[in-house]
Amino acid sequence: MIKKVLQSNFKILANKKIGRDYFKLTFVSPEISAAACPGQFVEVRVPDCDGLLLRRPIGVHSVSSKSCNILVEIVGPATRALSHKAAGEYLDIIGPLGNGFSFQLSAIPAAGGSAFGGSFQPIIVAGGMGVAPLYFLAERIKQQKPLVLIGARTKSQILCEKEFKKLGCSVKIVTDDGSCGSRGRVTDLLKKILSENSGLKAQSYIYACGPKPMLKAVSRISQDHGIPAQISLEEHMSCGIGACLGCVVKTTTGFQRVCKEGPVFNSREIIWEGL
Amino acid sequence: MQNKLSVNIGKLKLKNPVMVASGTFGYAEEFKDFIDLKQLGAIVTKTITLKPRQGNPSPRTCETPSGMLNSIGLENPGMEGFIKEKLPALQKIGVPLIISISSEDNPQELVILARQLDKIKTVAAVELNISCPNLQKTKLISQDAHSTYEVVKEVRKVTHKIIITKLSPNVACIADIAQAAESAGSDAVSLINTLPGLCIDVEKRMPKLACVTGGLSGPAVRPVAVRMVWEVFQKVKIPIIGMGGIMNTCDALEFMLAGATAVSIGTANFVNPRTAIEIISGLKKYCQEHNIDSIKKLTGSLKCQN
Repeated sequence: MIKKVLQSNFKILANKKIGRDYFKLTFVSPEISAAACPGQFVEVRVPDCDGLLLRRPIGVHSVSSKSCNILVEIVGPATRALSHKAAGEYLDIIGPLGNGFSFQLSAIPAAGGSAFGGSFQPIIVAGGMGVAPLYFLAERIKQQKPLVLIGARTKSQILCEKEFKKLGCSVKIVTDDGSCGSRGRVTDLLKKILSENSGLKAQSYIYACGPKPMLKAVSRISQDHGIPAQISLEEHMSCGIGACLGCVVKTTTGFQRVCKEGPVFNSREIIWEGL
Repeated sequence: MQNKLSVNIGKLKLKNPVMVASGTFGYAEEFKDFIDLKQLGAIVTKTITLKPRQGNPSPRTCETPSGMLNSIGLENPGMEGFIKEKLPALQKIGVPLIISISSEDNPQELVILARQLDKIKTVAAVELNISCPNLQKTKLISQDAHSTYEVVKEVRKVTHKIIITKLSPNVACIADIAQAAESAGSDAVSLINTLPGLCIDVEKRMPKLACVTGGLSGPAVRPVAVRMVWEVFQKVKIPIIGMGGIMNTCDALEFMLAGATAVSIGTANFVNPRTAIEIISGLKKYCQEHNIDSIKKLTGSLKCQN
């Protein structure tokens, strides 16, 4: 997976608002789109934003042959400034960065110690913005018909439902307030599905991205059911290229950099206490 | 043809005055995709300690207005690990290597480290990091002129390498500390290390860093750093390596005019990995445009009215 990382000014092809708080930004880069793997991210320099220095790490959402999409939530002045960038303008972007999801069947350890025997059920668990990199993954593994569980606080925060369905995924929605799909937490749904389908367990494999408490719960559930899980961590980063050692997470082998060894980790590597 | 950009740090000749600051450039390999490392004036490594260090708990950094706080806590593989895992690739680059060294609580370790490095031909200089604010200490060596003198003197006894003493800005008079380093035999001083700061998440009522405080760097500290370089320049004869929030050529020139012989790029490496290279060409252009045959002439050439 070691490929050259690029830094350049890339032309914005489109910047489409999605609801009030989200936008999908498309930039032209045949190089990044060819090299990027699901779970990898780019570091975007945000121009015209007084006093904000650091780049923003944003997961690759999808790629076409020439361009690359990122899905962004407006959470502060930097992402707001980014939401105002228009087609034709340029952005200083570094990427693709980090280690993404392992999804080649050959690369995945057999669940519960037994071989998959040809059939394999990926379960994608997304919390809020966690859908962004997981959609890219779903594109790459659509032949395996992933089961997609999306959770968020409320309906307006449920993203990409249609897009996942278009890929042929079976999608289940959960919201905290019940305004879309069933009421509750996505991790409760995961637990329920696994408990009710014991046949599913033996061939399942979990991919998750979302807030830390959710990932912690996913990790526990995957362990309880003996299913492997890869989780993508989000962390504040200063450099994104492994130099500053600012974004470390505690693992069974000591601190590891989320930007370099991650952002995707095997859930069992992570020391979840305190996270 | 004479190289307009070459400068000397003691007997060490640099092809240009632009280096990269300790802790902001990893072990250089992290940057090889972005720049031609050979162009750099010098590379200062992440600080090495005698024993490996895990570093501080996370979160370790946070963004602040025009800057950032960090409390990495000198995570490094220790000298043995450094020599085995990092040095081989570093010495292949062909740029003067400056090894930053530190010790949490035993200045004698600096002597041991310096002695080890003295035997390694490819090491050009040692930087004594006696000013890291992220160790659980009440007072840093570089916050006391006498302690600074003692440590530099002991290190001087065991090495023929260039010694660069890195100074803390958290002192009443930084020139006094610089003088102490100079009289103990330091070949140069580098300044400034970071300024301790605290950033609070008011919703959680918690500090944004796990270690509560961290070192402030970036453009926010630049005027403080330039002023300190200027103060030190009045008092010492040894070269000054100036740093603190340098983002572009103009910032680098400020430091040189105030008295720096060379400059170090720190936080900017995180924002734009090409900063150092861009500044090298920027300085070249400045010299051409201002008809300067040697950049050495800029050092301390600030014109004050009185």
